[in-house]
Amino acid sequence: MLEDLLRLEAVDLDRGARRLLSGVSFAVRSGECWQMLGSNGSGKTSLMRAISGLTRLGLQGQRFCTESVLYQGHLPGLKPLLSCTENLRWHGSGRVTDNAEKIAAALKQVGLEGYENTLICQLSAGQQRRVGLARLWLSEAQLWLLDEPFTAIDVDGTAILEAQVQRHCADGGAVVFTSHQPTRMAELKVLDLDQYAA
Amino acid sequence: MLPELGTFLRFQTQRHLQAALRRPSDIVGPLIFFLMVITLFPIGLGPDPKILASLAPGILWVVALLSSLVVSGRLFQSDYEDGTLEQLALSPHPLAISAMVEVFCHWLLSGVLLALASPVFAALLNMPGQAIPVLMGSLVLGTLCLSLIGAVAASLTVALRRGGVLLSLLSIPLTVPVLIFGTAAVREAALGYDPYSWLALLGALAAAGCVLAPLAIAAGLRISLEA
Repeated sequence: MLEDLLRLEAVDLDRGARRLLSGVSFAVRSGECWQMLGSNGSGKTSLMRAISGLTRLGLQGQRFCTESVLYQGHLPGLKPLLSCTENLRWHGSGRVTDNAEKIAAALKQVGLEGYENTLICQLSAGQQRRVGLARLWLSEAQLWLLDEPFTAIDVDGTAILEAQVQRHCADGGAVVFTSHQPTRMAELKVLDLDQYAA
Repeated sequence: MLPELGTFLRFQTQRHLQAALRRPSDIVGPLIFFLMVITLFPIGLGPDPKILASLAPGILWVVALLSSLVVSGRLFQSDYEDGTLEQLALSPHPLAISAMVEVFCHWLLSGVLLALASPVFAALLNMPGQAIPVLMGSLVLGTLCLSLIGAVAASLTVALRRGGVLLSLLSIPLTVPVLIFGTAAVREAALGYDPYSWLALLGALAAAGCVLAPLAIAAGLRISLEA
C-alpha cells in the first residue's frame, strides 16, 4: 500500500487579488517523481511555497503534506561567511548533522571535493547552487520540493542530480520539482499548471 | 524531534557567532557610532564637566537606544535574503526558538559588548564612578529589552526593501519604559541613592520580553514570508 505524501484536492491559489490557479488536484505517492510545468508567472513557485506550508494566505481547498519535507527554493539558504561544511551541518528544514564524513561525501557527490573549508562567498554562483543541492545527499526527508533545481547547473551536474532524484524515488521517497528544461528521467509524472490557470 | 532540539540550538548559536565574528566590522561599527555620538554632546552642550555629569545618564541611554535601533534593523535581513528564514520556518523546531537564538546572539555581540565598553563612554562624560557598575548592569538588561523590541519590529519590516524608518516608528514608542527605568537607575546611583528597584523593573521587563517577544517575532516572520 503506497501512502500519499502530498495531496491537494480542488485547491485554488490567489496571489494578492489575482487568482493564479483554480481546481488543482493531485496526489504524490512514495516512489513518484513529479515535474511541475507552466509558463512564467503561472504560479509554480507560489504553489510550491503553499504546498510546503511556507505561505498560507491565498490557498483554499484541502491540502495534506507529510511533515518530512525538504524544500529547496530559489534562495540557497547558505551563509556567505561560513564554509561549505559549516553550512551543511544544518542541512535544510532544521535538521542537523555533525558527521563531517557524511558532509564531505555529499560535497564529493556534487563535484566539490576539496572545497570543504572554502567560504561560500568564494565560490561561483553555480558552485553555490551545488552546495545547496548537496543537501539532497544529507536529507532524510521523504518528500523533496525542489523549485528550479537545475538553474545555473551545468550538464554534468544536471545528470548527477537527476540520478539522485531517481535514487530517492526508488528508495520510497517522492520528489516534486519545477523546471522548464526537458529532463531525461524515466517514469516522470507531469503536472501542467497552465491547464489550471484561472 | 525534541531530543534533537539541544543539538539544533547549539549549532544555530555556533553558526550565528561564527558568521558574525568573520565580519568584525559589523560588531565594532556600532561601538564606534556610539563613541562618535557621545563626543558630539560636549561640542553641542559645551564642555562644562558639571553639566555633562548631570546629563550623562540620559545621554548614554538615548545613544544606546539609537545604536540598538541602527543594528536591530539588520537582524533578520540576511536570513531573509539568503533563504535561511524559509528553512527555519519549515523546520520541525519552533520558529520562535530559532529566532530567539538569533536575537540572543545579536544581543551578546551588540548590547553586552556595549555594556562592557560603557565605562569608557561614561568617563568621557565625567560620570561619577559609583554609578558605573549600575550603568553596566542596566545596559545589560536594557539592551536585551531593546534587542527584543527591535527584533519584533524587524520581523515585521524584513520583507520591505526600505523598512528603516518604519522600524524606528514601530519600536521607539515601545522602548520608552526601558529608557525611563534605565536612566532612573543610573541617575539614582550617580546621586548616591539605591538604584535596585529600577534595576529590578528593568529585569522584569527583560524577563517578560524573553517570554512574550519570541511569539510575536515568530508571527511577524511568518507574515513577512507570505510577502
